[in-house]
Amino acid sequence: MEPLGRRPFLKTTAMLAGSSWLTPVGQWLARAADGDAPGALPSKKSAQAVIVLWLQGGPSQLETFDPHADSTIAGGTTKIATAVKGIYLASGFERLAEEMGSVSLIRSMISKEGDHERGSYNLKTGFRPDPTVVHPSLGAVACHELSIGKAEIPRHVSILSSQWPARGGFLGDKYDAFQMTDPAGPVPDAQAHVDSNREKSRLKSLGIVEQTFEKGRSKRVEETQHKNTTNAALKMMTSEQLKAFNVSLEPQSVQDLYGNTAFGRGCLAARRLVESGVRCVEVTLNGWDTHANNHQFCKTNLKTLDPAFSGLIRDLRQRNMLDKTLVLCMGEFGRTPSINPAGGRDHWPSGFSIALAGGGIHGGRVIGETDPEGKAEVKNPVRVPDLHATVFDALGIDYDKLNQTPIGRTVKFSEGKPVRELLDA
Amino acid sequence: MFFRNLFFIVLVLGGAATLVANLIPPKHGFKPTPTNPEVFQKNDFLETVYRVNASFEQTWLKNKIQPAVDADDLTIARRLALGLMGTIPSLEEIRQFESRPQGERLTWWIDHVLQDRRFADYLAERFARVFVGTEDGPFILFRRRKFSSWLSDQITKNVPYDQIVREVISTEGIWTENPATNFITVTAQKDKSNQPDPVRLAGRITRAFLGIRLDCAQCHDHPFAPWKQSDFESFSAFFGQTHVGFRGVYDGAGEYTIDDKRKNIKRTITPKVSYAPHLLPEEGALRARLSTWVTHQENTYFSQAAVNRVWAILCGQPLVSPVDNLETEALVPPALKILAEDFASHGHDIARLIRIIATTKSYRMQSLSDNDDSVNAEKLWAQFPLGRLRPEQVAGSILQASSVSTIDAESHILTRLARFGDQNDFVKRYGDSSDDEFDNRGGTIPQRLVMMNGKLVSEKTKGGPFSATTRINWLAPSEVKSIEAVFLTALTRRPTAEESDFFEQNLKNPEVSKGQQIQDLFWALINSTEFSWNH
Repeated sequence: MEPLGRRPFLKTTAMLAGSSWLTPVGQWLARAADGDAPGALPSKKSAQAVIVLWLQGGPSQLETFDPHADSTIAGGTTKIATAVKGIYLASGFERLAEEMGSVSLIRSMISKEGDHERGSYNLKTGFRPDPTVVHPSLGAVACHELSIGKAEIPRHVSILSSQWPARGGFLGDKYDAFQMTDPAGPVPDAQAHVDSNREKSRLKSLGIVEQTFEKGRSKRVEETQHKNTTNAALKMMTSEQLKAFNVSLEPQSVQDLYGNTAFGRGCLAARRLVESGVRCVEVTLNGWDTHANNHQFCKTNLKTLDPAFSGLIRDLRQRNMLDKTLVLCMGEFGRTPSINPAGGRDHWPSGFSIALAGGGIHGGRVIGETDPEGKAEVKNPVRVPDLHATVFDALGIDYDKLNQTPIGRTVKFSEGKPVRELLDA
Repeated sequence: MFFRNLFFIVLVLGGAATLVANLIPPKHGFKPTPTNPEVFQKNDFLETVYRVNASFEQTWLKNKIQPAVDADDLTIARRLALGLMGTIPSLEEIRQFESRPQGERLTWWIDHVLQDRRFADYLAERFARVFVGTEDGPFILFRRRKFSSWLSDQITKNVPYDQIVREVISTEGIWTENPATNFITVTAQKDKSNQPDPVRLAGRITRAFLGIRLDCAQCHDHPFAPWKQSDFESFSAFFGQTHVGFRGVYDGAGEYTIDDKRKNIKRTITPKVSYAPHLLPEEGALRARLSTWVTHQENTYFSQAAVNRVWAILCGQPLVSPVDNLETEALVPPALKILAEDFASHGHDIARLIRIIATTKSYRMQSLSDNDDSVNAEKLWAQFPLGRLRPEQVAGSILQASSVSTIDAESHILTRLARFGDQNDFVKRYGDSSDDEFDNRGGTIPQRLVMMNGKLVSEKTKGGPFSATTRINWLAPSEVKSIEAVFLTALTRRPTAEESDFFEQNLKNPEVSKGQQIQDLFWALINSTEFSWNH
């Protein structure tokens, strides 16, 4: 434990010791402190955390990572040169272009899901929706497989969550992302109103009532997560790490680097959280479902995304965290090469782009390409499970391992193969 | 001067008497709600209940599951209040309930609830979420509050469900005068001069009223059901002549055309239903014809979807999950079919349906068992399921638990305003899981934070002059009685012997004031699993 974390830790433990029903968390804390947590410790080489910049709505590849400026399908979108010779981004990514040496692109993502809910599920979990099992999202797997480490706050966080935030799926609801809004100030309701003696006595009373209710229902009551979440909330309340959520504690210059937007603050909070031991942060930028006025909406969105994404990479690098933190920028699908009568682009899962940076991913590389006429099939296609296998490989997670689901089915964390060009030297 | 003093004294005494009356069991009964217990005794009522019970019993036998025993009356009363009014019974109501002779209590309570405006308002809100969604919709053209209070009026009058739905689908006129038309205007498209969106309407009708997901066929042929993409297009075409103008929603002329983006042409689509074409009337406006077809007594999807939803609202879990997915015939349990047949053949009477469900064995069982094979038992309705309460149910319960008398729609306007403000802020913080209303997932950390440290709980458990904390502290005759009153107020049950002993010791601690002890006891009960989960 770090010196900062020790006092609140002891305080929490002492407080919890007063009430016997809270023992599981005591054991859990002890295990975390011993470093004897379930799951492998990440090897020295592997990334230890992942930040997902989630572009909700399905971002157009043509106005972001895959411009075909000279073709008719561009509809007027222009491109800019980047720090890496031969790689172009759409105009609006001026600052990200400077970081291109750390960023790689996959321009040949393909999936079969053209609906928002199904597409989000697909990209977040690496699987297509299946009526018999709910798959865990990338971040849930990372939390399950990597050690608890020093975190006293939830290790899976979703900032500005969309309608379908990252879930624990068959790994259990306790791996669901902790959802929060704009991290402009302190976490709401995280301060107890009463002194610790009174709090202790209240919790003891709570323990008495819980015992009554558990009789004859122990299994179901456990599944409600009530006790788990109460414990986690209590632990958070006394932790110094709670400050990681509050970006107003950063110097103004750092806040400015990310752009003065809710999404920018979310990205900055993501960095602070990862610094405190959080394994996965999902930050959502809404507004990419551009069925009408595609170009205008994309331009506006890039004003938010460009400083936040590039600022995050720069900040992580300056703090020597980039090698250990994988940043993934994606949405549920891409958009059609053709432009509809409303000036929009419609859903298009058969050839879209995602961007990766840090966490041992080689920068400055481009995988696959799309047809400048928007007709032929993509070259060197990458399927969604392959993307997940790549991320898991970078995190040192054995994605091929068979896991039991609650109904006894065995499922791997990913059915794909890593994209070696992004991982190997 | 003398009269004014006298008046003041009388007022104070009167007030005190009312306070005491709420706390102490009455010697002679309250003004009872008129009920008609004979409804519960009619042959065709009992027969349906019997058939539902028998169908479950068969499944239990086949799966070798021992059903749970009956729950006590107060537990069931709490379920009914939460499911139908979105709140828990008040101490005042519990006293009335217990003043009824045993054996009559639950039928009295069901009828009492069905006549309460809180029931109509709450059920209307649950229906409105499904009919028009939760979002604000187009400015000016859509009035959500109008729509839900219209629904509430229909429920109060016990208008048959099929008639409500027919009006929702086919009414013409302005959204403020004919609030049913908000069903159409919520889909008004800003970029198409406010014309309603046939695609969204078709998706909504099939999901909300028929429990089928025809809209999955919007982009591709349906993966599991026999619907084709063309089925969805022809269904949408029923709204091809619906327009929004100065005089509101009206049916005019015109054909439904869509842009075929692949072939880059415009196609004209003829309205067609996806199954049972013989139920579609030949004459009339397109929407009116469609509404008759949707609500037709022989359209089993319609009655099954309604029953599945009402069952879910009462029990926290639908009979078929997800609640709007009844496409796979093999997954529809016999109980749902029996209830749907009864519903369709008795004039789509919502009150009757609720009375029947609330009388079935499965509804009246305990949510616990000795062998703790609860997960499987819950799935087969051999045990009442633990269900996560919705944010507004939790808010309603906290507000009710902070007062010994009933907080209802007839309360003073200021109470109602306070209630709305508190509730909205809390609901936002507590977090609405999503549109999927019955996913029944575990609780979350933000929920625990807002319950342990949030403004609503801390203010409501604090002792104000009318708060339950203060009234129980002042008026309960003994420690044991005050503990009992707190348990009844917050958890609708009496404490167990162990609990009573434990908290009595607490109350006798000379170092902490009795008021604070009662406050802390309220805090503990409100933060328990038992409080936030329907059981």
